[in-house]
Amino acid sequence: MIETRVLAATGMLGSGFLETSFQRGVSLKPHVIACDSGSTDAGPAHLGGEIPYFNREVIKRDFRLMLLGRNVTNAKLIIGSCGMAGGDWAVDWMRDIAMEIAREEKIHFKLALIKSEQDKNYLYKCLDEKRITSLYPSFDITKKHIEECTHIVGVMGKEPIEQALTMGADVILAGRTTDTSIYATVPIMNGCGEGPSWHAAKILECGTACTIQRKRPDSIFAYIREDHFDIEPLDLDARCTPQSVASHTLYENADPYLIKEPDGTLNTLKSKYEEIDHRTVRVFGSTYEKSDDYTIKIEGAKFGGYQTVIIAGVREPFIIRQVDSWLKNMTDKFKDRVKEMSSGTILENDYDITIKVYGRDGVMGKLEPNKNVLNHELCLLFIITAKSEVNSKKIAKSFAHFALHFPIPEWQGLISGLAFPFSPSEIYKGEVYHFNLNHVVRPSTPLEMFRTEMMEI
Amino acid sequence: MAILGDIARLIRSKNAGPFMLTFDVMFSDDETYRKVLRLKVLTKEVFCKIYNVPEKDVLFFEHDDAKAIKISIPRPYVQCDKDDGDVYGGQQHAPLVEIKIPD
Repeated sequence: MIETRVLAATGMLGSGFLETSFQRGVSLKPHVIACDSGSTDAGPAHLGGEIPYFNREVIKRDFRLMLLGRNVTNAKLIIGSCGMAGGDWAVDWMRDIAMEIAREEKIHFKLALIKSEQDKNYLYKCLDEKRITSLYPSFDITKKHIEECTHIVGVMGKEPIEQALTMGADVILAGRTTDTSIYATVPIMNGCGEGPSWHAAKILECGTACTIQRKRPDSIFAYIREDHFDIEPLDLDARCTPQSVASHTLYENADPYLIKEPDGTLNTLKSKYEEIDHRTVRVFGSTYEKSDDYTIKIEGAKFGGYQTVIIAGVREPFIIRQVDSWLKNMTDKFKDRVKEMSSGTILENDYDITIKVYGRDGVMGKLEPNKNVLNHELCLLFIITAKSEVNSKKIAKSFAHFALHFPIPEWQGLISGLAFPFSPSEIYKGEVYHFNLNHVVRPSTPLEMFRTEMMEI
Repeated sequence: MAILGDIARLIRSKNAGPFMLTFDVMFSDDETYRKVLRLKVLTKEVFCKIYNVPEKDVLFFEHDDAKAIKISIPRPYVQCDKDDGDVYGGQQHAPLVEIKIPD
């Protein structure tokens, strides 16, 4: 019987797991120990601004236990999407943590680093050759979209990981990777069914998210075979049920049945979910449809300026009932004040003031069905974005003062219409980034967009 | 009168990448799931009306094994663009919780 045993340490490296759960997984002799370390979920700042999601020490705790677990099992250890966005700097950042742990624990391994950042000249060439197309919801791409990005990563599939394993890697630190490739590569190389391998990978990649009543982030284990896989959480108090496992293909996917990979599509439409015991579920019938059209998704972030924010409450009923016109008049009049205070050196398109009205539609914006309901108190969030840090802070300071005393017709005399919770009332937030690409590239080979380095640690 | 939130196991929304938003409405048992489908309290049309989005933008799925209804739409604002107020897209499901269920 062909079987590959896979230990997923947790859903996201640095989110933690019980040492007892992980050690139970190690005792089941896994062929692979793996963990996803990123996503686009936390926004473009991690890609554009080289910001890791979790703190270094927090990552190191999880990573140390994984490296020690690998050391006693000889399993392959694979971490994908290093640092959240999978930038080249984040792979190096993880390499340094790996070297530090190896020194402290006196362990040795062959390390592969797979970098996924994209050369702009390569992408311009792909664009000229019409090898870049938009995903849904689509927008056209021009050279400018590529040019504007501070960082662009390609989301690798299983091929670069397979190559690193063939080169003898014990531990792989990969840049941006599909969540599933991290887990599916070894089972497929071992001859397990592609459908079960990709489907198991999708369930494993969020750790215990596929359990019923998830208690905490924790380790989970899969046995992947030719025509099915079994999955069980490693904490004996946690349970998978057919429904909890079936539900997990819904999570973060637009389509609950089809999951696209670079070389094909996982189809779970005919999957059957069976209870093996009260904690373990067997999944049959998942298929993988190979495609001749090999595509790599690219993610890019562009710089959008420097932000300062002001948080303020409003409780006064006269202001609340005219909040929109009050804010509009305030921001219109403030334009003159900016001209005045900067002697005309700050132009209107050098900055933007966006206002969110919490207590009405601050959360849902144009999707909010109850737009006309105003609460007895509102929270206003003023977001001041400018092309320079100096101007962002300068404008915010003056705006806070200007807005505080901005009049309403009902009152004669000076009002103070905003309740600031902080002093100073403005908070400098830093650089802001925006996602700028929703596209796929058709590379001439699955490996040409990625670069692998091998190291003896 | 009960609301959908009273009879569902979980109602949630979440990003499906930076450009899509997805809604999951899940039930504990087959009977409740079938009842909600039969009563047509949450259909593509109902969703479009609540969220004021065109039907052509809406993907609507019934998932029998998960005992769930799933709906996906393009994000109203690209994640973290100027007017986006929900980085993870996790709080967009609220109006679904309050859908009334006829007795």
